[in-house]
Parts: sequence; C-alpha cells; structure tokens
Amino acid sequence: MATNSGIGASVLRKEDARFITGTGRYTDDINLAGQVYCVFVRSPHARAIIKSVDISDAERADGVLAVFTGEDLRSDGIGDLPCGWLVKSKDGTDMVAPSHPAIATKFVNYVGDIYAMVVADSIEAAKNGAELVEADFEILKPVVDVATATTADQIHENVPNNQCYDWELGDSGATETAFANAAHVTSLDIVNNRLIPNAIEPRAALGSYDAASGNYTLYTTSQNPHLERLILAAFVNVAPEAKLHVISPDVGGGFGSKIFVYAEETAVIWATAKVGRPIKWTAERIESFQADAHGRDHVTHAELALSETGEFLGLQVRTIANMGAYLSTFASSVPTYLYGTLLSGQYKTPAIHVEVQSVFTNTAPVDAYRGAGRPEATYVVERLVETAARELGTDPAELRRKNFIQTSDFPYETPVALTYDTGDYEASLDRALSLADYSGFAQRRAASEAKGKRRGIGFSCYIEACGLAPSQVALSLGAGVGLFESAEVRVDVTGSVTVMTGTHSHGQGHETTFAQVVADKLGIPFENVTVVHGDTSKSDYGLGTYGSRSLVVGGSAIATATDKVITKAKKIAAHMLNSTAEQVSFEDGMFKIPDSNESLSFGEVAFSAYVPGNFPIDELEPGLSEKAFYDPANFTYPAGTHICEVEVDPDTGTTKVVSFVAVDDFGNVINPMIVEGQVHGGITQGIGQALLEHGVYDADGQLLTGSYMDYTMPRAEDVPEFIVDTTVTPCTHNPLGAKGCGEAGAIGATAAVMNAITDALSVKDIPMPATAETVWRATTGE
Amino acid sequence: MVDITITVNGAEHSLSVPDNTLLSDLLRDTLQLTGTHIGCDTSQCGSCTVELNGRAVKSCTLLAAQANDSSVTTIEGIGTPDDLHPMQAAFRENHALQCGFCTPGMIMTAISMINEASETLTADEIRAGLEGNYCRCTGYQNIVNAVLAAQTQLRSA
Repeated sequence: MATNSGIGASVLRKEDARFITGTGRYTDDINLAGQVYCVFVRSPHARAIIKSVDISDAERADGVLAVFTGEDLRSDGIGDLPCGWLVKSKDGTDMVAPSHPAIATKFVNYVGDIYAMVVADSIEAAKNGAELVEADFEILKPVVDVATATTADQIHENVPNNQCYDWELGDSGATETAFANAAHVTSLDIVNNRLIPNAIEPRAALGSYDAASGNYTLYTTSQNPHLERLILAAFVNVAPEAKLHVISPDVGGGFGSKIFVYAEETAVIWATAKVGRPIKWTAERIESFQADAHGRDHVTHAELALSETGEFLGLQVRTIANMGAYLSTFASSVPTYLYGTLLSGQYKTPAIHVEVQSVFTNTAPVDAYRGAGRPEATYVVERLVETAARELGTDPAELRRKNFIQTSDFPYETPVALTYDTGDYEASLDRALSLADYSGFAQRRAASEAKGKRRGIGFSCYIEACGLAPSQVALSLGAGVGLFESAEVRVDVTGSVTVMTGTHSHGQGHETTFAQVVADKLGIPFENVTVVHGDTSKSDYGLGTYGSRSLVVGGSAIATATDKVITKAKKIAAHMLNSTAEQVSFEDGMFKIPDSNESLSFGEVAFSAYVPGNFPIDELEPGLSEKAFYDPANFTYPAGTHICEVEVDPDTGTTKVVSFVAVDDFGNVINPMIVEGQVHGGITQGIGQALLEHGVYDADGQLLTGSYMDYTMPRAEDVPEFIVDTTVTPCTHNPLGAKGCGEAGAIGATAAVMNAITDALSVKDIPMPATAETVWRATTGE
Repeated sequence: MVDITITVNGAEHSLSVPDNTLLSDLLRDTLQLTGTHIGCDTSQCGSCTVELNGRAVKSCTLLAAQANDSSVTTIEGIGTPDDLHPMQAAFRENHALQCGFCTPGMIMTAISMINEASETLTADEIRAGLEGNYCRCTGYQNIVNAVLAAQTQLRSA
C-alpha cells in the first residue's frame, strides 16, 4: 500500500467505501415519491410496416395510467434521436441518416425497436398492459448480412443502397504505386465480430417533472450527463436546456454503451410531464442485449505491400461497417475517424489508403464499444503484419521492429491524418519480449507438443488516439460539439477543496485520481479533496467519459484550474507577507518569500481569501475558486506491445490463454493501481472478443444471442493471470503528460490472441470468436 | 398475498407480500436494501447474490416466500465503512472493483466460498468458485487476489 498519496502513488480508492458496503447509489436504487413504472413494447420482427397499433385494451388494464405510441411524441414536437457526427462520402456528399424516432411510427427496423410505451403503477401492471397492445404488422424481408447490404432491399425511404456513406482517407495513387513496386503482398479477408457491451448495470432512467416550475429532472445511466441534456434539449426538444436537470449517479460500467442518448430515457422524460408522476424504467437484461448499441461488426479486405527486405511500402484497406438499423449518437465517427486514422499503427508505412462503406441493416444500432474503431484498426494492421512475417519467414517481432517509427521521427505525421507527438515503441516491445520469455518459447512449444497440444504465440503492437479531442479538429471533421473539458476547483474557507468535473466515472476511479492530482499540486492531504461529477447542476459543462479522455482532457482542465488557484493564492499570500506575487514561491503546500523564514500554509491563505482583511479587494476579488476549460492541442497516442501465448487442445478445440503480457506506454501515470486495473479489464474484453463473444442474428433478423445463456462473456476461469508493465514517454502537449489507459487492453489484446491461435494452428485466419467448435473444425478440416 | 417472517441482517420482519415477489425485490424495494443488485434477472450474473441460512444464493431466482422462516445476510449486513468485513477490506486493498455493481454479489459469493471450503483454496479453485459471478470491469485478477488475501485472514481468525 502506498504511503504517499500524490501523483504516481497507488492510492486506494475513495469511492470503494460505498461500493463495498452496498451503499453506492445507482439509478435503479433511487425512488421518488409517487413514482410509477413503464415498460416498452418492442418489435418481435426485424423489419415490418406498422399498419396500426391498438392501445385501447391496454389503456383499460388494471393499474395502467397511460399508453403512448410514436405518434404521441411526434405530434407533441419530439424530434428524432440525432447522430452527432457528420461524415462525408468520397464524392463530397453528406452521409445519409434515416429518421430515428424514439418510438417507431411507420416502421420497426430491428428486433427490440420500440413501438409503444405503457405507464402503470407497478412494473407488473405495466407488463400486463404491454401484453394487451395490439400491433398489426406487415412483415418485410429483413436485411441482416452486412457484406451484401448494399444490394439487398432498401430499408429506409431516404437511404439508397442502404448506404450511410462511402468514405475514404489517404492517397490512393501513392498506395497503388507502392503496391506496383512491392516485392511481396500479404492479403487478408477478416471479420471483426459484433459484440454486445453488457455493462453489468442495465440502463435505467427515472424522470420527474415539476409543473409549477416547469423543471424536469432525469436520473439516468449516462457516461456524459451534459451531452445527454444538450441533445434532449436542443435536438429532441424535450425541454429547454435550463429546465432539464440530468443526474447520472453511480454508473455500473458502460464501455461506451452509456454514451449514447437512447429512446428509453427520451420517452421517459417526455412522458413524466404527460402523466404528472415520476416514471422509472430499468432495462431487463434481454433489453440490454436487444437495444443497447452494439460494437464492432466490420468486414474487411486488407493488403500490405512489402519490399524485398521487409519494409512496409503500402497498406490498402476496404471495410464494410455495420451501422445497424439507425445511426446511434456517435456511430458514423467510429469506423472512420477512429478507425481509418489509426491504420498507420506504430509503423512507417509511407502510403495508406482506406475506404469505408457504412451500411444499414435490420439489427440493433452499432456504435462505440471500448476502443471504438481503434481495436478494429489494430486487428487489421496486426493480423496483416503477423501474417506477412509468416509468409516471409521472418520473426514477427523483428519485422515489426524493422518498420517501427523511431524515437527520432517524432513528431511523426502519418499518411492518415494524425501527428503522433511521442513514443518509444522498441522500449515497449523489448520489455514485453523479456517479460514473455520470448526466447524460451520454442522450448515451451515443444513441451506442449509432447503432450499432444499445440502452442502458439502472437503479438500486437497497437497504437490508439485518445483524449478526444481537439475541438477545431473535431469540428472540421463534422463533429456536432467541441470536445474540450471543463473543471472548477473550489477552495473552501478552511482550505479543503471541492473539484467539479464534466467527465463522469463509470468505474474508472476519478474521485481518487483527480483528487491525487489536486492534492499533489496544492500540497494538501488527499482526504481534503472531494470530486463531484455526474450532475448538470454542479459542473458547468462537460463532454463526459469515453475515448480514454477523462484524465488527459478532464484532468488537464483540473490541473489548469488548480494552477489558477495557486496563481491567485500567491497574490493573496504576497499581501500577507508584504511581498509581491512574483517573489512568492509555492511548494509542498507552503507559500514562501526569498531570504525569509516567514511562510504561510495553503489553509491560511485560503482562509484569508474568504476573510479578506489582508488584501485590497479593489485589486483582488475575495474568494478562491477557479474554473478552466481545457481544449487539447492534439490527440494523445498511447501505444504498447501485447504478447499472448495459447495452448490448444486439438482433440476438443479448446484454447487456453496460458500467458498474456502487456507493456503499455500511457505517458505519466497518476495511480498505477488503477491503471493496472484498467489494463486487466480491457485485456479481458479483448480476449472475450477473440475467444467467446459474438452477437449473432439469424437470417430473419432474430437475435440468437439475447441472454447470458447464449452470449458468452469471460468468467474468471477464462482468463489467465496477466503480466502488465508500463514504459513512459510523457505526452508532450498536456499539463499532466498523460496519454490515457482505459481502452488499451481491449485495443491490443484481440489481435495478440488471434495471432497466437493462428500460430498454434498454422492457419492464415480463423473467424472470431475462436470457440472450441471453430478451432476444432480448423484443426480437423471438418 | 403470502405472509412471511424473515430475518434480514439480524432484524426480523413479518410481511405480507404478493406471492410472486422475488427475494431480490423484497430486499431492494420493500426493505430498501439496494446494495443487492440485479444485473440479469436470470441468475447468470450473480450481482444479486446474498447469503440465505449461511449459503450464497442468487436472490433474483428465489421467491420471497421461499425465504420464509429464514435468515438472510446482504452486503449491508456484513460490515460498515468503519468496521469492514475482511473480505470487504480485501476487495478495497486489492483494487478488486471498478464500477462496483457486481461487487456486493462477488463479496457475498467469496465469503460463502471461503466458509464452505474445508481446506485453503488455491487461486485456480477461487476462479472456479467465482463461475457464477460476472465482472465486466476488472478481468478478475484482483478479485482472485482479494479472495486469497481475505482467506488468509479469515482462516487465521
């Protein structure tokens, strides 16, 4: 246990005290006086025309207070759920987005699409009422297969060929030339399997309305309550922004799935004013499977051109990305700006061209899931590189090393629009090779083979772009919002500190990490700093937590606001010490002047700030509270090497991950304990994608994996004990030198596992997830 | 309606509840013990795990009536922030939780696992013993470490 509580110490978490005693406060734990419940009536069909919805029996059912259809929302001026990121096709035209009503009016477009809402005085009464809603559907043939969606029946009236956009990035001519000059071309057709995020806390919403003031309050499971409020107010027209108070209390995991503004909370907050009672909705797990935004789901053809000596010359990637039935909040950006831009990986590939066609299908919307685009990019690059090494008979570690961007190359401008500020890829690779005992692998493989098993090793040298995002870049790329972050550092009269942030933890431990930053800078006890988040009435504004942005953007805002506090406190201290602010130094919580024994503690100066007898208030306002809005200058670029070793039983097809090493460069680390935990969790989700998880729809668009009986997530026995370490090249452009760590595990791990399995089996590719059946078929050829 | 008498965290309650009331709903809604969480409604995730007459059970899959004349311990009943159960303390010290949603169920399962084991459990046996509990955040390693640490303390107590 750390003795120190500042930056770099593994401080135990503040938030744990409530979580381990059952006193956390999640949305469903909150109940309001007079509260009633709602149940959503969901389409059993993947695609159908709604010919009519008869709610008359449901309205008369015991306990039912109201039944609403999509027409009720539409006629009341409630708008569609928007997508916040405009992507343009290669021909310059805007992407095409279908209408996305919270409650469907004319068509249902996936199993789980809502077409009615029943409000009743108990959940049971609402469920009984829902059974009585009679819809007359004309069932249509659904579009399910992503690869053939553009030639299938047209789903939405305004979306020809079911195509959202056909986007490209990079220099196609230069890439063609690179391939023309190549001594060797490695090509792969790979599928990035659909995943269902499955935060263990189901989504929930509790809305209330005060008719006297016209104020709405929405408690909901959101990673970004301010964004939730902005979208519900400005785009959906539920209420004016100032009349809508969004509170996201403790959030039980998100992994991206709680970024988005969903139909359910939209309908709940709208209906609460109609019914005149607080309304609560909590998803059942089957609803999480059906209607949380899913992740990944790419079909890709990729080719890597290499020289005679193994230098990468060019990379050509063509991807079809599934958007599902509608465009979710950030869906369009995931397979473009968070995917195509990452295809340079850690390598000096001089020419890259990527084309991405995003298409609609009659499946749940697909949006950001842990890593969001970057795992898909890493999978393409790292599967290709590993395959190239095998085809050339080269050591996969050495082929990577040969092509790494060198430390002397930074800042390095990639052919796909990013400028990496810093990194040391060989350092991570070397450390990982050592921790994985790479030189001993041949011996371990022989030992496995002697037992009738097959052993493989796989690498993944990933990169990610985190800290979303420089607002100017984001806006120029079609984002609907700037992606800065806000902070307020409020010093109390007695010198304790309350920090307000616009980011919002859903497990990352911000209450601890951010307190460490502030306590360290102010030289005050960690216990004296309290972090407040998740409430639009408390923090000025904020864009929330996703894309590993909270420390690097939100933490930078907090650091900047803290510096402002110090600057003002120095001015006050100068008056108290009869000196000038320039002369005052501040270190370890003490203000001092040169050549003097006189000093003041932070607490003494804070007290004076609020009891302003020691300084002229016409020059200096009383109080000690500062705000900062921090807009990052660039993305941050965490990177690292993951090495996975597997043992496969050819008789049963079962794969055991016997070793997993992750060496990551997250820049400066505030709390190593929390960072390690993030890496463990990310790797586990990455292993889950590789071995277990797959969201599957049948040809009729029915979700076959709609429960934990059918959708397999890693349990404790499915993952090994991880070996994790870090190397450090501090980020060059934010005040903390931090790069972000939340997604790296999920970004790097999947490719490492699949490279290991294909190595063990001596096959070019097998589809994910590499279940026992899939592996067994690959080994037996059956 | 069914009349039941149930002791929860040492306090006896005589209640009349609808026949189809689940134990998890009785705990969360009637007794307002919201530390017991519902993650899947189908006994797959383990977030709702409580101790019933000394054994870990999934409270979302039991009727409240089945717990008549029984003693139930929930996460709220094993310790307080100032007087933590060794398993609670070990979870914190080993960073065995992130979002905290699965944590009450994990802790209740882990306590029961240690109590029921006749011998000291290995890390692999602990992993097997956690098969009924999903955690989506931690990757389980720190949970295993926490259970190992608490086991040492509980067995020496």
